[in-house]
Amino acid sequence: MTWFGLYSYWIVVVLMMVGFYIVIAQGNLVKKIVGLNIFQTSAFIFFISLAWREDGTAPIALPDVTEYANPLPHVLILTAIVVGVALTAMGLALVVRVHEAYGSIEEDDIHRQDEQQ
Amino acid sequence: MSEHLPALQVVIALTAAPLVMMMNRFPRLAWGVTLVTCWATLVVAVLLLLQVSDGSVIHYEMGGWAPPWGIEYRVDGANAWVLLIIGLVSAVVMPFALRSVEQEIPADRIGLFYSAFLLANAGLLGIAITNDAFNIFVFFEISALASYALIAMGRDRRAMLSSYQYLIMGTVGTTFLLIGIGFLYIMTGTLNISDLAMRLPEVTETRTIRAAFAFIAVGISLKLALFPLHLWLPNAYSFAPSMVTVFLSATATKVAIYVLLRFIYTAFGFEFSFEELSVAWVLMPLALLGIIIPSVIAVFQEDVKRLLAYSSVAQVGYMILGISFATALGLMASVVHLFNHAITKAALFMAVGCLVYRLGGVSLSRIAGVAERMPWTMAAFVVAGLSLIGVPLTAGFVTKWHLLQAALMEGLWPVAVVLLVISLVATVYIWKVVEAAYFRPAPEDAREIREAPLSLLVPTWVLTATTIIFGVWAQFPISAARNAAEALLGVPQSW
Repeated sequence: MTWFGLYSYWIVVVLMMVGFYIVIAQGNLVKKIVGLNIFQTSAFIFFISLAWREDGTAPIALPDVTEYANPLPHVLILTAIVVGVALTAMGLALVVRVHEAYGSIEEDDIHRQDEQQ
Repeated sequence: MSEHLPALQVVIALTAAPLVMMMNRFPRLAWGVTLVTCWATLVVAVLLLLQVSDGSVIHYEMGGWAPPWGIEYRVDGANAWVLLIIGLVSAVVMPFALRSVEQEIPADRIGLFYSAFLLANAGLLGIAITNDAFNIFVFFEISALASYALIAMGRDRRAMLSSYQYLIMGTVGTTFLLIGIGFLYIMTGTLNISDLAMRLPEVTETRTIRAAFAFIAVGISLKLALFPLHLWLPNAYSFAPSMVTVFLSATATKVAIYVLLRFIYTAFGFEFSFEELSVAWVLMPLALLGIIIPSVIAVFQEDVKRLLAYSSVAQVGYMILGISFATALGLMASVVHLFNHAITKAALFMAVGCLVYRLGGVSLSRIAGVAERMPWTMAAFVVAGLSLIGVPLTAGFVTKWHLLQAALMEGLWPVAVVLLVISLVATVYIWKVVEAAYFRPAPEDAREIREAPLSLLVPTWVLTATTIIFGVWAQFPISAARNAAEALLGVPQSW
């Protein structure tokens, strides 16, 4: 049952595809950002999963413990989460500005307005 | 002091950014501090390049933590060369920015604008200097986030939308890079690129490493606008403020190409990339299509900025083509083109920035007959345009010559024919601009305009003169590019 033991990686793959599909298929600018978030989160879960070790505990020095989870991916993902938050904020700020300029956040609408110009 | 130069390269711009933000109420002061910062960055970049010009390598342990646990900054011939490009372009663009930015950006945002510019600059420098794969991702995002803000500052409302599209595609690209780095980390347990290079050969037979290669190559290709992943670039460059277009067109894609080279040659190694995965068979067709199609599209553009943006996509194709020959000469041609195209395209976009400053826009109908009243600006455009085409005695020729040699050495004469024919297409689109500016009569209702102010014209001509200087006196870029190629290949070459 090794494939079941790797279930967190299957979740990563599903989330990744769902997020990426939303980014490509959605015409709504806010929904695209949501898709991007799901896509990025799948990468974060991927990193967290690969830190796991059988019988490992939290990486704190304890007298009778020898197996620890790898702390490095956690640290990396803390950084990546911060980056992700900044990206979401930036993306949403841009959507607000687009809405002010065009009065719409639907891609089709916006392109039609640009073509009429 | 001098042993801390690698850290200073990034830290100067990174610390200046919040300072400049606090000077938002005093736009001229903010500009002055940014200018000094960029010049200091250039000085550091030149000092680093001189230190590694004999083929030596500088190692710097960030915070005193020994690699591979700590983050290491590592400077060799290749990244010193990229650092010089970023330093040079930012140092020359800053005097140009003073009046151009005052005109295009609202006064209450100029300090914030320069702050974002410094962050973009620091991010690009960081990507180039660091030897840590995850650090590359973080710096990619720092520079990208700042670039999105800079592009959105354009006056046209489409600037916002193109910045948004760049954000979506750029984030997908960097997340792919992150996933690829994760795969590398699973298999090797290290993020240090030199360390990766040592440990990867043991595990290259696995599917994980091949997947890592694919994710990293596609992710970076999005960032460097390799055809057909270039869709964000023409909009982003044509609606951004003039100064941002100059800076990004000269540096952002070049740095991404450097990262691709670093992964292909140093981390994965030549044998794995070219012999086992035959990456050249993917890169060469894409590079050729990327040279041909955007060049033809450029011919049909009405807006000069957009025309030059499509030409940038084509020029990326040239750089990737050089890599795809999988020879030392091809690699060296690509690396020298990083520099030559940076100065050429920056000079062209600066000339366009001068036109925007006086005319407000650069559609072909609006620049009709402008050469009579702005002769120096248009002369700079023509000279830099010749370098873009690749006429002898210009920097562009140096690259084309080496690319042609590399193609013929491999017996790829159809590629050589494509290179020559596309040079003719480049002649056509540059000629379209020249014809409009020199030979068409000015429209009846044209406003009375004067030559661009000296603060815009002098930086434009400095870069234009550079394209001539390094076209005539080509030893410097060639020897630096050879040094860079040797650093990437890891073995001395007989040139």
